[in-house]
Amino acid sequence: MEVPGLFNYWMAIILMMAGLYTVIARGNLVKKLVGLGVFQISVFVLYITMGKIKDGTAPILPAGPVDGVVFSNPLPHVLILTAIVVGIATTALGLALVVRIHEAFGTIEEDDIQDIEENEA
Amino acid sequence: MSAPLEHLPALAVVVPLMTAPVIVALRRPWAAWLLACGVSWASLFFSVLLLLQVLESGPFSYLMGGWAAPWGIEYRVDQLDAFVLAIVSAIASVVSVYSRKSVEAEIDSERHYLFYAMFVLCLCGLLGMAITGDAFNLFVFLEISSLSTYVLVGMGRDRRALTASLRYLILGTVGATFYVIGIGLAYMMTGTLNMADLAQRLPAMAHTSTVRAALAFLVVGIGLKMAAFPLHAWLPNAYTHAPSAAAALLAGTATKVSVYVFLRIVLGVFGATGLLTALPITQVLMVLALAAMFVCSAVAIWQPDLKRALAYSSVAQIGYILLGIAFLSETGLAAGIVHLFNHAVMKSALFLALGAVALRVGSTRIDAIRGIGRKMPLTMAAVLVAGLSLIGVPLTVGFVSKWYLVEAALTGGMWPVAVLILASSLLAVAYVWRIVEAAWMAPPGPELAHIREAPTAMVLSTWVLAGASVWFGLDATQTMGVARLAAQTLLQGVAP
Amino acid sequence: MTPSTLMLLALLLPLLAVGPILLAGRYPNLREAVSLGAGALLIAVVLGLRSQLADGVVPVLNFGEMLPGLTLRLELEPLGMLFALVAAGLWPVTILYAIGYMRGHHEKNQTRFYAFFAIAIAAAMGIALSGNMLTLFVFYEVLTICTFPLVTHAGTPEAKRAGRTYLGILIGTSIGLQLLAIIATWALAGTLDFAPGGILAGKVSGPLVGVLFALYVFGIGKAALMPFHRWLPAAMVAPTPVSALLHAVAVVKAGVFTVLKVTLYIFGIDLLAENAAADWLVWAAGFTIVAASVVALSKDNLKARLAYSTISQLSYVLLGAAILAPLSVMGAAIHIAAHALGKITLFFAAGAVMVASHKTEISQMAGIGRKMPWTMGAFAIGALSMIGLPPTAGFVSKWYVLSGALQSQQMVAVAVVTLSTLLNAAYFLPIIHSAFFGRAGDDHDHHHDHGEAPLPSVLALCVTAAGTIVLFVLPDQVLALAGALLGRNP
Repeated sequence: MEVPGLFNYWMAIILMMAGLYTVIARGNLVKKLVGLGVFQISVFVLYITMGKIKDGTAPILPAGPVDGVVFSNPLPHVLILTAIVVGIATTALGLALVVRIHEAFGTIEEDDIQDIEENEA
Repeated sequence: MSAPLEHLPALAVVVPLMTAPVIVALRRPWAAWLLACGVSWASLFFSVLLLLQVLESGPFSYLMGGWAAPWGIEYRVDQLDAFVLAIVSAIASVVSVYSRKSVEAEIDSERHYLFYAMFVLCLCGLLGMAITGDAFNLFVFLEISSLSTYVLVGMGRDRRALTASLRYLILGTVGATFYVIGIGLAYMMTGTLNMADLAQRLPAMAHTSTVRAALAFLVVGIGLKMAAFPLHAWLPNAYTHAPSAAAALLAGTATKVSVYVFLRIVLGVFGATGLLTALPITQVLMVLALAAMFVCSAVAIWQPDLKRALAYSSVAQIGYILLGIAFLSETGLAAGIVHLFNHAVMKSALFLALGAVALRVGSTRIDAIRGIGRKMPLTMAAVLVAGLSLIGVPLTVGFVSKWYLVEAALTGGMWPVAVLILASSLLAVAYVWRIVEAAWMAPPGPELAHIREAPTAMVLSTWVLAGASVWFGLDATQTMGVARLAAQTLLQGVAP
Repeated sequence: MTPSTLMLLALLLPLLAVGPILLAGRYPNLREAVSLGAGALLIAVVLGLRSQLADGVVPVLNFGEMLPGLTLRLELEPLGMLFALVAAGLWPVTILYAIGYMRGHHEKNQTRFYAFFAIAIAAAMGIALSGNMLTLFVFYEVLTICTFPLVTHAGTPEAKRAGRTYLGILIGTSIGLQLLAIIATWALAGTLDFAPGGILAGKVSGPLVGVLFALYVFGIGKAALMPFHRWLPAAMVAPTPVSALLHAVAVVKAGVFTVLKVTLYIFGIDLLAENAAADWLVWAAGFTIVAASVVALSKDNLKARLAYSTISQLSYVLLGAAILAPLSVMGAAIHIAAHALGKITLFFAAGAVMVASHKTEISQMAGIGRKMPWTMGAFAIGALSMIGLPPTAGFVSKWYVLSGALQSQQMVAVAVVTLSTLLNAAYFLPIIHSAFFGRAGDDHDHHHDHGEAPLPSVLALCVTAAGTIVLFVLPDQVLALAGALLGRNP
């Protein structure tokens, strides 16, 4: 299937904005983390897209002659593998914190937490 | 050079990285502490060796695993890297000695080993950021240090530490992701991630909007990590509620290394593109730096919690560093770089001292410490010394930074900026003197009756840093010499 | 002993005394003996330096670089010699006085007091002997900070407020204005070493000279030029020995001394004259002289009146510098010594009255001269010196300032000096008159049976009063130093 022009880049931008918006606008801490995840994934898409070369194939040496074979750039994929690991760690840590916050404050709504904190201060 | 020394750059990073799992495996608090101390001091040893080597024979490269740059990961050590490495490991060494008593008091004993593991990981990340010559590798180290920092902050006694940590996590991740986007865009145009290689290839593409977008993403991303005004929202809460030892470590190192990244990427990699002067980056930076100096210093004056006041002061001090960078002159840059060190020393000393106060009094609020000077004279004298340094009184390191900042402003023909720099230090007088008055000029209340001086190890480590802030103020030729060399090296790659 | 070792000793002696003072804290007699001994030794050292200077030796001492290219260094020259002589000479006298005052007044924390006092003297010595502007600035700030605990000695909320004013103005002006001027000088001239004829000559010209000069003069807040004078009255909450030695001698003289140094060795008289850069100072100093005198007239609190008198007298020195005539500069230098002796006497007397009779207001002091003849006699001599009448030292300095003003046709200055002499007379003579001839009112206080203040205090104030007269009768030493100053700056 032929993907039109800059489709992937547009998708990356849409994901990025959706993610950022969720992080900023949502008061629920879990939703914020979901937004953060989407935001990070948009970058994965961006990287993977730039590694794709038109008509390129997976960078695995074929059995036959190599001449004329176009490979995709494998490096962004590798980078993103690392970034995915980082993303998982971040999300895991974030969720762990949310659990602790729920234990400590009894809520995961940002506004409620802020009220509690202001009362303490 | 003998074989082990050849691998110094790798050792500096690998040793802390390997120690972290060992600490987790050992679990015993005292063993964890001992290992963390040992690792910190070892990395200080490595860093000093590296610094001496750079000063002696100039910048050099180390190829990770022997893979040639730009394909392999290159560790590039020049004066700036070595200087930052020395700062980070020195602060970490002092804090590691200090942390034992403080951590015992503030964290449950079954979680001590986690604290030290994170401490060591954080150190690893910070050192890695400073030493690597690969832009993506830098991101990895950035996340190593950030993730461990979130955990460290979240370990604070107060439940607000949790929210502070989460907020830091969200903003930090946004910042780091911006950084990755910026690097990705630059990679898209050049096909390389090696910083030196990037710096060579970027100028040819400087006119494309992709490169400009890359620069914008990088500036904002790194700006978030280094708490540049107005992207500093995460910092005050994180420093206030983090365990004292962690706060001292972060105050001295985390933002400093981020500033280093800013220097390395924005000046080092993008310097040759001419975009720094073509776009109004330096002007914006200067305005924001000045705003930080005034707004955050003023906010610091009104904080009832002293840790928080110092956190705001940190944002203001980052402003001084950025101002020095914004001059884009040798003196200005050197002033900014030397302030990296100077501020690390004095602010860590202050946080260590406040940690000692928190240990004894249980609070760092200004109304809780009235008259504490009589009870903890040594600790509070350290606060006085480091506070004077924050103001910029002569014979302290703060004076040195201010001197060169003003000189840079004057030689750059910016009289008003010079005036503003000095005017902003008067705000520091206000927030420092408030502490001094509360500590020394009131009789201790009955609730302080049984307060004793802090444990010796804590007082000693506090005074090592407070003493350093006087020592390097008395003789700034060394620090300033290194800073100037680093500035020269950096400026070589910056297009006029 | 080599001259430079001697100079180092002058700086270190007071500091070395701090340790023993703290150690001897429990034994007041021993503690004060240490202070007095250090004071006597310091005088000997400074006199040794004086004879070296007279032999034409110029001791120099480099401590090494503080910033790359900028050393901390000491270098002796006549003006610094004069200031060092004054500060060192009056230290043991003040200690003597303080023994009587602090004990008579039952002050607390006396050990802390003597310790910081010694540090302040060391800082004053450092200022006097500085060989470049950086060194001077360093000691200038040290002096500000180590006198803070002395000003707020009482620890009352009032003292705390005064301390804030004190620190705020002194640190504010020095960091906000003076440091800027120093760094600008460094950027322009590439050096900060004091050199006869100035280091800025040929490096700057036009209005910038005036701006820089103004930054210096206002930045040296210790010179108390209006509008940066508020710290001085505020500092009067300090115990009287502090007011006497620091806020009549060491600190304020450090201020005007620095202005003179800057005038002579940073700018050079010629540069200032060519660019008409000091003309405004004639007006500013003149205004301060007159305005402070008028304020002094309205003060009933004796120490407050003395404080405003100090502000006014300090501006004489500034005026002498601003006239830029050799004779008036000489007068300014002499006035540093003359005013020091006179004003310390006045403060000693004010403190002695406070200790003996617990009176602080002038209106309460009618007839007190008959009970405390020595004290008020000395007060009269000090007052005469302030007014500038013979046979006191004040006459000598005023004579030179006036001659210089006449010589250079500075009619504003002449008018100011004349007017202020009248004002000085107006606010000092009534005190003396009522003290000796007034009738003690029925003021319902129960200290009518008091006599003189404690002996050490009376002794001290007689010494300084005698000094005021000696300086008039035998002014050779001071004149020689002031002359040497001009010999270097024809």
